[in-house]
Formats: sequence, C-alpha cells, structure tokens
Amino acid sequence: MDNPSTYNYKVVRQFAVMTVVWGIVGMLVGVIIAAQLVWPELNLAEWLGYGRLRPLHTNAVIFAFGGCALFATSYYVVQRTCHTALFSPGLAAFTFWGWQLVIVLAAVTLPLGITTSKEYAELEWPIDILITLVWVAYAVVFFGTIMKRKVPHIYVANWFYGGFILTVALLHLVNSCAIPVTLTKSYSCYAGVQDAMVQWWYGHNAVGFFLTAGFLGMMYYFVPKQAGRPVYSYRLSVVHFWALIFTYMWAGPHHLHYTALPDWTQSVGMIFSLVLLAPSWGGMINGIMTMSGAWHKLRDDPILKFLITSLSFYGMSTFEGPMMSIKTVNALSHYTDWTVGHVHSGALGWVAFISIGSIYYLIPRLFGKEQMYSIKLMTAHFWIATIGVVLYIASMWIAGVMQGLMWRATNPDGTLTYAFVESVKATYPYWAIRFLGGLMFLTGMLLMAWNIWKTVAGAKAYDAPVLAPAGQHA
Amino acid sequence: MSDFVNGFWSVYVALLTLVSVVGCGVFLWVQSKAKATAASSGEVKTMGHVWDGDLAEYNNPLPRWWSWLFYITVVFALGYLAAYPGLGSYQGAFKWSSLGQYEGEMQQAEAQYAPIFARFQSQDIKAVAADPEAKKMGERLFLTYCAQCHGSDARGAKGFPNLTDKDWLWGGEPEQIKTSILEGRQGVMPPHAQLGAEPVKDLAHYVRSLSPGKLAHDSARAARGKEAFATVGCAGCHGPDAKGMAAVGAPNLTDSVWLYGSSEATVIETIGKGRSNKMPAHKEFLGEAKSHLLAAYVYGLSQGGTEKQ
Repeated sequence: MDNPSTYNYKVVRQFAVMTVVWGIVGMLVGVIIAAQLVWPELNLAEWLGYGRLRPLHTNAVIFAFGGCALFATSYYVVQRTCHTALFSPGLAAFTFWGWQLVIVLAAVTLPLGITTSKEYAELEWPIDILITLVWVAYAVVFFGTIMKRKVPHIYVANWFYGGFILTVALLHLVNSCAIPVTLTKSYSCYAGVQDAMVQWWYGHNAVGFFLTAGFLGMMYYFVPKQAGRPVYSYRLSVVHFWALIFTYMWAGPHHLHYTALPDWTQSVGMIFSLVLLAPSWGGMINGIMTMSGAWHKLRDDPILKFLITSLSFYGMSTFEGPMMSIKTVNALSHYTDWTVGHVHSGALGWVAFISIGSIYYLIPRLFGKEQMYSIKLMTAHFWIATIGVVLYIASMWIAGVMQGLMWRATNPDGTLTYAFVESVKATYPYWAIRFLGGLMFLTGMLLMAWNIWKTVAGAKAYDAPVLAPAGQHA
Repeated sequence: MSDFVNGFWSVYVALLTLVSVVGCGVFLWVQSKAKATAASSGEVKTMGHVWDGDLAEYNNPLPRWWSWLFYITVVFALGYLAAYPGLGSYQGAFKWSSLGQYEGEMQQAEAQYAPIFARFQSQDIKAVAADPEAKKMGERLFLTYCAQCHGSDARGAKGFPNLTDKDWLWGGEPEQIKTSILEGRQGVMPPHAQLGAEPVKDLAHYVRSLSPGKLAHDSARAARGKEAFATVGCAGCHGPDAKGMAAVGAPNLTDSVWLYGSSEATVIETIGKGRSNKMPAHKEFLGEAKSHLLAAYVYGLSQGGTEKQ
C-alpha cells in the first residue's frame, strides 16, 4: 500500500464498502422508526424506543453512511486529481478505523440513552474528542495530498472537499464545547437561547457543509467523469463556491423563527437563506449543463441516472429550503412533517443518490473489474429508490401542510378546532405511505449490496498506477 | 434594545450584515465581468488544464437568468432589512416585532371572543354544565389544555386522576372544581420509610384490606397495620376511618380507586417513598371565564353526562 507508484486504494475500498454497510444499517433504523409511528406497539424496549432510535438513525445515515461516502470519494478524487498517492497512508488508515470506532460507539451509547440532546451532535464528550482526532488526521491526509500534487491547479472538486473538511472542524469544535461531569454526561458551554443559536448555527451548517459542500465535491468529479464531458463553467464554479460557503454560515437562525431568539437575528437568518438560493443552484446548473452533448448516455447508464437525478433533487430541496425560511411560510411548516419531508428530499434524493452513483462508479475500479456484476440490477435499484423517495416526500408534504393547517384552525369561539391528537390520527395514512417509501429505498440498498457482493466475490483488490499529469498548458 | 449590551454591538452587527449582503452583489458583478468563453461561438475551448486523464473545464459565462435570480435575492434582502428589524437595534420602517404581533393578535382575540365566554361566566356552574353549547366549548378547551395529563377521555393515567368518576381528591362540588382549576393543587404524601420495611409492609397490607372486595392480604399484617395506621400519623390526613380528607387532598383509601396503582409493591412504594402531585394553576393563563366553563364541563363529566366513554 505504501508503494508510491500506485494510488492508495485500500482506504478507499474500506470506506466504499462500509458506505453500503452503514447505509443499510442507518436506513433500516429509519424504516423501524417509521414503522413505530404507524404501529406504536413496536416500541418494544426503552433502548428500542423511538426516542432512542431516532438519533441513532440520523447519526448513522449522516455520519456513518454519508461520512464514509465522503471519506471514500474524497480520498479517491484527491489522489486522482493531484496525480499522487495519499499523503501519510498510516494516518489515512487511522481515519478509517477511528471513524468506524466513532460509529460503533454511537450505535452503543445512543440506544442506552447517553446523549447531549443536541440534534445531530448527540454524542457525548469522549466520542467528540475521538471525532476531533480523526478529523484532524483527515485534514492532514487531504491537505497533505494537495500539497504534494503534481499538477499546478487544484481541481474544483477539491475546493469543495477542502471547504467541507475545514468548516466541519470549526463547527464540531464550537458546538461540542461542554463541561464534562462524568464519562457519559456533560453540560453545554452555552445557555438558553445562545445554546439554541450555536446549536442551529452548527445544525444548518452540518447540512450546508457536511451534506452539501462535500457532496458537491463528489458531483464535480463523478458527473464529468461519467458523462465524459468537461465541466460546464469554471467561472460559475468559482462564483457559486465562494457565495455558497459564505452565505451558508448565516442561515442557521431560520430554524428558530418565532422563538426567544431576537427578531433581528431571525431576519438575518431568513434573508441569507434567500440569498443562498442562487449559489445553491449554481452547483446544480454546473452539473446538469455538463451533460449537454451527452444526454443520450442517460438512457442506458444507471450511474448517470443516479447522478443527474440527485442534482434534480438537490435543486428542488435548495429551492424549498429558502422558501421554508420565510417567516410566514415557516409559521405554517415549522414542527410539521413538511420539515421531515424536506430533509429527506435532500438526504435521500441528493446525498444518497449521488453517493450511490459514485460508489457504483468506484467499486469495479477498486477491484480491477470492467463493470458492476449486473447493470440491470443497478437500473432496478434506481427506479425502486426513485419511487421510494417520491412516495416519501409527497406523503410528508401532504401530512405537513395538513398538520400546519389543523394546528392553526380555530372555532368561532377562539378554541382550537382540532386537539393535537386529532392531527396525529389524521397523519397515520401518510406515515404508512412514508414507511412504504422508506422500505423501497432500503430494498434498493439491499440490491446494491448483493450486486457489489457478486462483483467483488473472487476479485482481487486492485491499486491503479499513478497517472502522469497530461501535458499542461502552463 | 436589550438585545445588545451596548450600542457598539448594534452598529457592529448592522454594518457586518449590510456589508455582507451588498458584498454578495458586488462579488457577483465583478465576477460576471471576468473573461468567459461563450459556448455558442463555434468550437469551444476548455480552460486548458487537464486532471486525471480527461477532466477539463469549459468557461461558459454565468447564465443570465441565474445572475438575475441572485441579484433579485440581494435586492429583496436589502428591502427586507429596511422594512423589518434585522440591522442591529434598528426597528425597521414597519415597526414590526414578533412581540408586537403577538400582543396585537391576543388583543384582537380578547375583543372577539371574550363576550362569548362572558355570557356563561354570569351563570351558575350547574346551569352551564347542562347547556349543550357550553359543553361543546368546554370539551374543546379540555382537549386543548387538559387532555395532556387527564387524557382525551378524561379518565386520567397513573398519577393523574380520572375526572369521570365520583371520587374526588379535593372535592367534587362545582366551586371546588373551579378552585382546583384556577389555583391549582399540590398533593403531598410524605415518605414513611423511616418506620422500617416491616411496618410499611404491614400498613400496605392493611390499606389493601380496606378496598372493596378486599385485595389479597395477610390478616396478621393487616391487623398490625391497622394499629400503626392510627398511631404513626396516617389518620391525620386520611382520617381515622381512612375515608380521606378533601381539605388536604388526601384520598379515600376504602374505595377501589388507586391513583398510583394497587399492587402490593406499588402501595409499599407509595407509603415508603411518599408521593408529590401537582395540578398547575390556570388563573393567569386561561382566565376566570374559561376556567368557569371548564369547571362546568368537568362537573358534567362526573355527573354521568359524558359523551365520551
């Protein structure tokens, strides 16, 4: 693996395989909690109850599935586009085993009820310290590889991966600041509304950088590669990169509309969320326009299907997000299942789709194969997953708007028309549809696992030789 | 405004916000002036850099509609900041605030709905309880404000009393119910573990023997418990006949209603560790008129006139 004449594919292979494993685990937990909403008797034990499993689901999908996909692809992309093997294979191996340990610790502590109760940052302080160590090692490996690149220019995908790595370090350190009491209990450094603001500054940027910037890095490599076309516009990538990372930082307060947060802070969060629309769409345009001249490939290439559909969902949810940040809209949508639907159009439609497409691209190349075992299965995966996402999002839209309208309806005497429990009852059919949508998405992942198993079984690990840079125009 | 410890921070954050919004627009303008190679002009050239064998970039100009979208959001942001609070302690041209909006809506609601409730407030609670319209309004209030603890069917849960039976901790007369709602109630059963495990168990057996149908108990223990009941202080609240005392919210122990459960282990826990139970006060929150209506609704439930079973 330390052979400088080949790329370090070992760590990429490890992360790529674990992406699929954790994807199945995380989505399975999601399907379980979706079922618990339809059949509450499935809350079998306290450590299997909805309240314990829900953070396990979010952590598993975001940090285990999404995280492994980002590690795998960034390590692959940074080597290939810098024309050099990874800097420090030892540290790279540490990031793999360290990250798996973080995931296993999360899977043990969250069901036990050990939590900071900060959304998407539930893990207690000892695990937070381990995350910090892994992340610093990740930054050293990534930027070390950039430093020893054999080409003068840094490819655009690496700007996004680099921005994601630096920002997530900052977010994690500030938001996880806590005073430990015991090994499994700590108190946040911040109090009251400041704590809420720091939490949502973190929370929204976790979406903006972990789930957006990092995956845009993935997009900028795998879309032009698979389409065999140059990126549409260098200028557009410059503008939307800087505008995106600048404006995302301000958007967090829209999670706290109509709360104790001062009005001015809410307004600032709202206007920057609106300004964020165009920079977000810049990435979608650059990806989709890269396809021009290659649209015919979409017909029989399931990888491109995944990649391009992910961009459509990305464009849709980055339009929906700014709209939901408008105070008047938020007054209806907040606390309803609309938010859940919005998150999943991003998480399933964008993040999972682009990861799936990228992993399908990687697996044969990492195991010295021409292509995946079955293209038909990949296409089946695509359609099952697409129908699953659409069922999921559509049911949550209807449920969310219905809940918002039911909660605010009043009688002529000013009393509420519906008790809360009536809105719960009315939501059951939509929760059932959502469960079905999630189940379909999980089924797609199982097809993927089978397909990968058949591709990899009997194959040997393959490390490609380092490619000499093409003749550069200075 | 109190959002800032002093005026400096207000100016600081206002400037930072303005510069950032305007900066987005300026950045876009400067970048759109930069050299680009339009895709429409015949043979398109890439930027000339190649990565990983075949990765290259065109340099198409920024899509015009996209630039306009960007500019429009920036202009909207500036307009919003002029109209609404967003620049430090500047209130905005519309003088809007979330507190102002809340107070305005509450005032309007008060003016609109107060007369509807005032009509019932002047009537006797028993009369209100018999009024079908009042019953519907009371039920809606109950489902909004009371169902969280007492349940949608008002039958309570462990620690939360059933309101549909004739058993009352603090009295079931209309005025007593209204006082419970307005002022709240604080029920305290003190812990008695200091008596020792055996005497507590004896008391539990005695208490279980009082229930109609006599729950399973050891009669020797129950006899010792009966002696203790009179001497260690139980009778002080529950009365010598164990029938309870509404003035202190002490439950009747001779009926079949058990707020926390009747199993031997639960009764031992209740006696040993004590219980503390709170009904919150609603006077300031709901006001006199709505509490009056709710009292009538709850009174009606206990009179067997329940629609919900």
